Amino acid sequence: MTINILHLYPKEMNLYGDHGNILSIIRRCEWRGIKTNVIHYEPGDKLPEKVDIIFGGGGQDSGQGKIEKDLAKIGPWLKDKIEHDTPALLICGLYQLAGHYFETSEGQKIEGCNIIDITTIGGPTRLIGNITINTPEFGEVVGYENHSGLTKLGEDALPFGTVTSGAGNNGQDFTEGVRYHNCIGTYLHGPLLPKNPRITDFLIKKALENQTGKIQSLKPLNDQIELRAHKVAAKRPR
Amino acid sequence: MEQVSIILGKTVAKLSHLRGNSGSALPGLVIEKTNPKFVKKVLSKLPHGVVVISGTNGKTTTTKVVAESLRKQGLKVFTNDTGSNFVRGVISAIIKNIKVSGKFDYDIAVLELDEAHAVKFSEVVPIDYALLLNVQRDQLDRFGEIDHTAELLQKVASTTKKCVILNREDPRISKITAEKVAYFGLSEPMLKIFPSDDNLIEKSAVTVSNKPAKVILEKLKGNHASYKFGKDIYDVDLKLKGIYNAYNVAGALALCATILDKAKPSELVTNVADIESAFGRGEVFTINDVEVEILLVKNPSAFQLSITSFADDDHDYMIAINDNVADGHDVSWLWNVDFSKLKNIKMVSGIRATDMALRLKYDNLEFEKIEENLPDAVKKFTHASKRPKRIFATYTAMLEIRKIISGKSIL
Repeated sequence: MTINILHLYPKEMNLYGDHGNILSIIRRCEWRGIKTNVIHYEPGDKLPEKVDIIFGGGGQDSGQGKIEKDLAKIGPWLKDKIEHDTPALLICGLYQLAGHYFETSEGQKIEGCNIIDITTIGGPTRLIGNITINTPEFGEVVGYENHSGLTKLGEDALPFGTVTSGAGNNGQDFTEGVRYHNCIGTYLHGPLLPKNPRITDFLIKKALENQTGKIQSLKPLNDQIELRAHKVAAKRPR
Repeated sequence: MEQVSIILGKTVAKLSHLRGNSGSALPGLVIEKTNPKFVKKVLSKLPHGVVVISGTNGKTTTTKVVAESLRKQGLKVFTNDTGSNFVRGVISAIIKNIKVSGKFDYDIAVLELDEAHAVKFSEVVPIDYALLLNVQRDQLDRFGEIDHTAELLQKVASTTKKCVILNREDPRISKITAEKVAYFGLSEPMLKIFPSDDNLIEKSAVTVSNKPAKVILEKLKGNHASYKFGKDIYDVDLKLKGIYNAYNVAGALALCATILDKAKPSELVTNVADIESAFGRGEVFTINDVEVEILLVKNPSAFQLSITSFADDDHDYMIAINDNVADGHDVSWLWNVDFSKLKNIKMVSGIRATDMALRLKYDNLEFEKIEENLPDAVKKFTHASKRPKRIFATYTAMLEIRKIISGKSIL
């Protein structure tokens, strides 16, 4: 059994440490005897036939500009995958662009993929620092945020979690990220997955269930260091 | 007016020293507020002008190499070697070295400035030469984005009067423009060893630049480096350790050869042989007859290059990661470093020791201990065996470890 991980735009959308998210999925599969195959997708590449987990990270403004056109092209394909329950983790830039649009502080509107019901506008300051949120499915989640976009959830959107310390989607309504089918959209770097192994295991579990059509239970791993690092991070000042 | 400022500055320095502050920036702060043109007036009189060295990695050591090289060529060099690379740090250093009469007996100023302060400085003082080393992902939480950092350095280059020396192999530096530029670079085989910031983890093919370089790091074997000036190659055994230092020396040589266009390359290269690392950068201490080397790590590319440089050595390693302001609050950069070649990691420590431990776990590496408390960690690590040792440490962890070791409180 092999899990195919699609990494969207690793060249341009790879702000600090996002590689750690891919590495988390690879290792937690490997430690359970599950094979993985990582597909790097860059603008203009052919879309793969088999995809079990989708990952997309954040980029600088210049990086976002370089992928914009290509993303519009593959948007419908992504939407179809996510709505057919392919587990996906979209962080920062690609989280924003999975929504309806991103409007920069100069008033320029970048069309999103219309997969999730969110809109984002460029804010006056960067929201930077350690963040902790509470999620119904994964308990406390820790990370580091660094974004100037302010995201508003639409009527149909469910947040990924509630902010307990930090800014989250917009610094106003205490929501963070979005949950839709098996997709998680979030501003949390850190990278997110290593210190929040339950989320990694959720993505792996859903991928296996899609492949087999059966409910799966993953072999438990020794997560002592993960949980210790999580605890330390949760206590660090903003 | 200048004399008033000098006396005021010296008085503040003395008072602050009496109160027990080493406070290298305080006199500078006072002068900056009361006489903003002071620094320009003093520095613009120097016959060989003002040199600024900036970039993410290697500023401090490169500044030291340039200052010492120029001294060996007979120049009287003023430099801000107190490690305070802000404008007010420069003023404080001037106050310390200027005579009350206003006599500032130097030929040239060689100054290390961080990217943002280099811009502020260039708005106040005309710069004659600039050496721009690299733009790497460092303290994104301070400067925002790496492209923004490159824009800051472009501003510095645009105001530089005589020549800007650029790193040809750094894509964000090599595209900087100025009235007159010169490059330093790497030979093709060396280029393959250097990870660029953009391809740290997934190495893409390297591209060889066609820009002509004034000085090229041709070869490096251990500490034996070969530098190419035009067609001629000069060899030297460096005291400085690591590939990154050897490469920054190429930048320093290109700069010195530009300032002193009559100096012989052979002399310039010989001059750098016995120059040692700056404070906290590769310092070696001896504890219990065992050599312990402290290496500052602050961003993925520097860390990666250190690991590449030392991969074949038979040392024990400790890694200390803090996340204070000077280290950067965001520790996610650790995930952009590939640790898999680092063997014999005996200890991880610092405020974010567990983050480091976690990072190593996901490179499938074994390590012996997590000890967040630095004094305990240093003690256990240095006393565990007679093998030579290295400690990788972020900035505030480095300062603390230095204090622990040189204070000898645990020995």
